[in-house]
This record gives sequence, structure tokens and C-alpha cells, in this order.
Amino acid sequence: MNRLRGPIILAAILVALPLLFPDNYFVTVVVTTAVLHAILAISLNLLMGYAGQISLGHAAFFGIGAYSSAILTTQHRLDPLLAIAAGMLITGTIAFLIARPILRLKGHYLAMATLGFGIIISIILVQAGHFTGGPDGLGDIPKLVIFGWAVESDFHWYIVMSTILILVVWLVNNLIDSRSGRALRALHGSEIAAEMMGINTTAVKSAIFVLSALIASFAGSLFAHQQSFISPDSFSFFFSIELVTMVVLGGLASTYGAIFGALVLTFLPELLVVFEDYEVMVFGAILMAMMIFMPQGLFVGFEKLAQRLYRKFFASQTIDKEQRDVA
Amino acid sequence: MLLKVEGLLKSFGGVTAIADLNFEVPEGVVYSVIGPNGAGKTTLFNMLSGIYLPDEGSVTLNGRNIVGLAPYKIARCGVSRTFQNLQIFFNMSVLENVLVGCHLRIKENFISTALRLPLSMREEKKARQWAIDALHFCGLEKYINSPSDALSYGVLKRMEIARALAMKPNIIMMDEPAAGLNDTETAEMLSLIRRISESGITVLLVEHNMHLVMQVSDRILVLDYGSRLAEGTTHEIQNNPQVIAAYLGSDTTTAGADVKAGGNHYAV
Amino acid sequence: MFDQILQFLITGLTTGAIYALVALGFTIIYNASDVVNFAQGEFVMMGAMSTVFLAAGDNGLPTPLAATLSVVLVICVGIFLQRFAIAPARGASVVTTIIITIGASIFLRGLALVVWGKDIHGMTPFSGETPIHIGQATLLPQNIWVMGGTAVMVLAVHYFFHYTMQGKAILACSYNRDAASLMGINVGLMMMVAYGLSALLGAMAGILVAPISFTSYDAGVMLGLKGFSAAILGGMGNPMGAVVGGLLLGLIESLSAGLISSGYKDAIGFIILLLVLFIRPSGLMGKRSSDRV
Repeated sequence: MNRLRGPIILAAILVALPLLFPDNYFVTVVVTTAVLHAILAISLNLLMGYAGQISLGHAAFFGIGAYSSAILTTQHRLDPLLAIAAGMLITGTIAFLIARPILRLKGHYLAMATLGFGIIISIILVQAGHFTGGPDGLGDIPKLVIFGWAVESDFHWYIVMSTILILVVWLVNNLIDSRSGRALRALHGSEIAAEMMGINTTAVKSAIFVLSALIASFAGSLFAHQQSFISPDSFSFFFSIELVTMVVLGGLASTYGAIFGALVLTFLPELLVVFEDYEVMVFGAILMAMMIFMPQGLFVGFEKLAQRLYRKFFASQTIDKEQRDVA
Repeated sequence: MLLKVEGLLKSFGGVTAIADLNFEVPEGVVYSVIGPNGAGKTTLFNMLSGIYLPDEGSVTLNGRNIVGLAPYKIARCGVSRTFQNLQIFFNMSVLENVLVGCHLRIKENFISTALRLPLSMREEKKARQWAIDALHFCGLEKYINSPSDALSYGVLKRMEIARALAMKPNIIMMDEPAAGLNDTETAEMLSLIRRISESGITVLLVEHNMHLVMQVSDRILVLDYGSRLAEGTTHEIQNNPQVIAAYLGSDTTTAGADVKAGGNHYAV
Repeated sequence: MFDQILQFLITGLTTGAIYALVALGFTIIYNASDVVNFAQGEFVMMGAMSTVFLAAGDNGLPTPLAATLSVVLVICVGIFLQRFAIAPARGASVVTTIIITIGASIFLRGLALVVWGKDIHGMTPFSGETPIHIGQATLLPQNIWVMGGTAVMVLAVHYFFHYTMQGKAILACSYNRDAASLMGINVGLMMMVAYGLSALLGAMAGILVAPISFTSYDAGVMLGLKGFSAAILGGMGNPMGAVVGGLLLGLIESLSAGLISSGYKDAIGFIILLLVLFIRPSGLMGKRSSDRV
């Protein structure tokens, strides 16, 4: 079945990796991080890629989720699973409250507002030391126990994150190819035409903003339990930008693109360590170069390249050229 | 009366776009609005569909005042439209574009679709059939799976109509459906409008191509600087001296002949 | 109390003036090429850092010369940015260009790290440190330099865009690139002038403020964000809006730092920005956009 092909290939890769490279640092630690980033990038892509609403503050929702879990489990001794749900409730409420006024804005104004929101949250994380531990962060976050199974080792986390990623991909793919998903993409294509088809664009935008925040919050809670220590640094403006970069780098409006972008951006710093002092500079240069030469993203870039090669070797199934010219 | 417009008024920063306009559209007709560029035709459409809020006046649809309703709510009253400068969802395929038109007819929600529950699968299947039917109706069957950003202008114009029809509207507003089309395409458009009307949908048409307007319309409203210059059956309008004079200046003899003959004339 | 407020106003106007210059730089590039340049803050940092290093040591250049050379250097960086990062990506989406400029800012920061190291540097004030007393409030000569310098540059930019052929040509490019090109305007050159000018403003801001706030390789990030905020607050694309937005943001921050909490001053600035946007979605002096169908 066509629609299951993506998740199955993804699952196959994620199962094969630890079998091929057992006990490998890159697989158990770096890939796990990449998978977490992929979940976040997919959630941001719902908003940016499909609905066309830019957000430069996504890390805030990730952070609210992480801190909710951390605070509720350490200071209030709540069960981790309940804390995850509570974190999602808190994040969802905040997202719901700001969704309408923020999503009324467009383009650069929307970018600024989401950026501002992200910075406000990260300042609060630093300043409200009473709850958040301030710049020093919060430690001793308890382990996650799922139905009696304690998630302890790096490899356990690899399994948990991978499973959730596959689930998220499946859900998001279903959603995109449905009435709601089409409404979402329609408002990206033309807000006015979408309204004329009976779509309440304001409501759809708010809904996707909340959904996207909920997924980020969930990922944040997982992150808190995985790390057992969190500090505001992980949820700063820079991380928001990194997430946006993953989405754009992979290719907007493509779930697999978002995964690919997350993978590249997680591995790149690991590999650039060899440049030592020049690491930051090289990273910036690569980022610029990729966006200049593949503005539609790496995934689309590779896809097009593959298609071109395919056509070259398996000849001609082309669209009527004349009609292309008129359009 | 399906649609009733009374005392409609709209100005933009002191410039009056529509001034105290009254007209009525009976059910089942093809009702055309003509007039020179800047006469306020698109502004009128934008008010009827809720994109602009009129300064004064009322728009009654099936006895219900729809002024002040958001466009999506007006759409839910059975009003659909196409656009003068195309509003295509270029990020979607032709079929998906038309499926968006089925939005209001599909009964499913966020959660049931995300989990692919059987109920939403059935709905989805029905919707696909509706969309395919609409595409067939507009003669677009060979483009069903094409991406929308690779199609010609004429095809896109018809796709917008298919999308509007997929809503199963009571009334469809078409803003210059024949603009930019060649003669063959215009002839196809003419027959499409006729078929839409025959299927029981009231058509509200803004168009510059007099030939098409004269052939397809039941009633015509002539706008000039936002006011009503004349209104009546196609025959009445063709013989209205005021219309003839306004349309091609004072040289009424040739102009009259033109409007009368329904010549392929574009008003300037 | 009054003296305290006066002191906050002085501080606020000084930082506000710097924000205004950065915002003005944003606006010029935005108007010329529809790009939000996230590397604007790096112009500020490079202006300050290179002046510090050129003037450092026993064999260092005299400050005015070091400053001039630095400004020239940063102008070159601005032109390079346009030529090699923005121009090749013409037609790319807003988000893509945002990421390109973010990439550029990371690159420049990395470069500064390699060349100038991680240390934090100060600069000697231009004309001593003898404060001027107004009641209990004090005004440092450098405050006057910042405010005066900003005023001069704002006026110069205004003159440039309204009374010179080149300035008008850039405006023409921003309204309609193709038409401007058909009128014989060298669009490519005008873009480089715009980026150069914007870099000049950034570098000057950096040099003026360096004696008050220290500088380091990563000092540009926050300033860039503040400049963007100020430009949005005033209404993106409106140069006067950028200046007003900058001064306002500086005042808000200084007053909230003094009267409410210094830790939350940045947050309060952003909260007010959000509130303004909620009420006026195109900023204080921005044009209202409308969809045409």
C-alpha cells in the first residue's frame, strides 16, 4: 500500500541501524537526538510547510513541555506519564490563547511575533528561578516508566523515540491527506479561495498551531526525562531557528524532508568538530550554500535530481510542454 | 427571490465604488453584471461573498440578511464563486483543489481522519467521486491527477469552476470566466455556463465578452460608476438607448448594432 | 524620583538610538530587496570589534582612522553579502532568504571568533568620561556622541533617499525592479549600494556604542534582534517608523529595567511589541495591507 510505504521504509531503517552498528555512539545517541529533532521538525512543518504560517518560536513549546514535566515530577512528585499529559494541557492552553491574535499577523510581522514569544518564554525560564532553577537548570528528573518498563539506557531511548517518530509520521500523513489537511494546505495556497469554499481559515490556523504545539510539548517532556537535567539553553531562540532551518533545509511541506533536515542538522555539528575553531564558520557557510543552491530544500533537490536521472534512463513520460509554457 | 440587494453602498477612501445599488436575482437564471472597467463589478462580488463589508445596504439570500457574515459562513449558505485573477491552490493537485470544494459536504473530523477510522474512509471515497464528477462536468477528466502548477490558464479557469461546483452551491458567482480565453475556449465556456444553469444552479456572471453575455444571460444589470444604469432582460438591454450610448460613446448607430448583434466586443 | 526617571530616559534614548540605527539598516535592505537581514547585528559587532583591534596596542592606529577603516571594511562585508549570498538566491521565498541571512550571520560570527577570539573588549570613550550633571542625573559625553551621531546619520539617510538620484533610484528598484531596470537604473549596483549603506549604519552604531557597552564576537545577535523588533514596531519598510520604533524600544527597556525588573526588561520590550502588533498588525506607522481579488 502506497500510503504505508513511507512509514515502513522509515521503520526498516530505524530497525536496521542498531543491527548493523550495535553499540555505536552515532546510532544510539546522535540518531536518537536526530529522531527527537525530526519529531519537532515535523510538528513545525505542519504549521510552516503545510499551512504556510512561519514560526520562529517553536522551541518555546518544546521548552514549556520539558519544564512542565520536570517541575511536576520533581517538585510535585507527579507520575511522569501524567506529567506529560499535564504539560500538553498547559502548552495547548497557552498555544490556544495566543493563536488567534498571533495568526492574524502575516509575513515578517508573524515572524517577529513568534520570535518575540519564544524569547519571552526563554527569558521567563531564566528569570523565574524559583520554579525553573534559573540559568542553572533543573536536575534529577525521574526516569520514564511505561507500563512497568523503565526507559533507562540510550538504546531504550532509541527505541522509544523511533517508535514515536513512526507513529507521528503515520498520523501526520493521514491528516495531510484528508479534509482537514486539505483545508490546511488550501489556506496556504489562497486564503480567500479557502474561505470561499467554506473553510473557517482562522479556526483551521488556530487548530494546527495548537496541534503543532502539542507535539512539541510531548517531545519536550520526552527530552526532559531522557536528559534527566534541563536548562534554558536547550530552548532558546537559537534552537527555534535551528528547527526552522531543519524544515526549510529538508524542504517545506514534506514530512520526510523534515526528517531529512533534522538528520542533516543533527549530524553536521558532530562532523564539523574536526574543523575545531573554524566549526561555527564552516557551519554558517554550509547553511548559506545549501539554501542558495537548493532553495526548495535538500529533499526536493535530491528528488528532482533522481527524477531527472530516472527520465534520462527510462525515457519519456513528460507533461505537454505547450501547456507548461502558457501557465 | 433568491438574492435581493438593497441600497448597497461602498466607498474606498472617499471614492464611491458602489452607490445605492438595488437589484434582484430570481432563482435559476443566468444573471449578468456588465459595465466598463472600474464600474464596481468585482467590488460588488466581493461584497456579496463577504470579502468586503458594505458601508450601507442589505444583501438578502433566501430571505436571510448575509451582510456582515464571514466569507466562509456565506459559503455555507450555498454561495460559491470563482475569481477574476485566479485563486488556485498551487500547492495541490487538480483533484485536491476540487476536493477542497467538497469541504462542506464531507462529514469527518481531525481525529477520525488522523486515525483513519472507517467512517472517514467512506466519506473520503464519496468525496473523491464528487470531485471527479465535477471535473468530468467541466471537461477536465484528463487532468485529474495533474499538479495544478503545470496547467494552462484556460484549464485553470475551468478547474476553479469545478472547485466551486463541487460545493453543490445554490448560486455560483463567476468573475470574468472568459477573460484571457481564445475563441474555442470561450465557446466551451459558453456551453459550460449553460450546462451549469441547466443543472439548476443560479449563475451570477461578470463578463466583458458581450457576445458571451448576450447569448447566455436571462437578465442583465448594467453598472456605470457603481450605479445601476439599466436592468432587464437581455432583449431589453440590447435595445436600451442609454446602454448603447454609454457603451460606445455618442455614435449610437454602430454601437447599437454591436450590442444588438452581440458582437465580440470588449468594453473598455 | 524625577531625576531617576530622567536618568532612565537618558539611558533609554542612548540604547534607543542604537536600535534605531540597526532598524534603519534593516529597513533599507528590506525596502531594496524584500529581505529581512538577520546578519544586520553582525555589521554592528564587526564595526566595533575591528575598531577595537585596529586601535589596540602601542602601534595601534588613532581611533578616528581605525573607525574609518572599520566602516569601510564592514561596507565591503555588506556588499559581499549582497553579491554572493543574496543576489544568487533571487526569487527564493521569504523563509529561505531569512535562513540564508542567518547562515551569513553565523558565518560572520564564526569568522569573528577565529580572527578576534572570545574575549570581551571595551573601547575608550571619544571625548573623555567627565559626566555632565542635570540635577541628579548624569549624562556622559559618549551618550551625546551616540545620540548626536544617530541624529546626523538619520538626517543623512533621509537626505540621501529624498534628494539624491542614487537614493531615488534605490527607491525605484524597491517599488518595481523591472520598471527601474527599463528606466536605465543599474539594479544590481543599486542593491550593492543599499547593502553597503545598511552596513555603514550598522558599523557606525557599533563604534558609537562600544565605549558604553562592551563588545565581543557574539554581541551582534541581541542587537540584530532588537533592531528587527524596532523595525517591526515602527512598521516594516518605513524608515521613520524604524527610528521611532528604535527610540521607543530603548525607552521601554530602560524604564522597565529601572522601574520593574532588570531581568525582565527584554521580555517586557517584546510583550509590548506583541501587544502593539495585536492591536495594529502592521506596526505603529506601517501601511495596512489588503488583499485584492
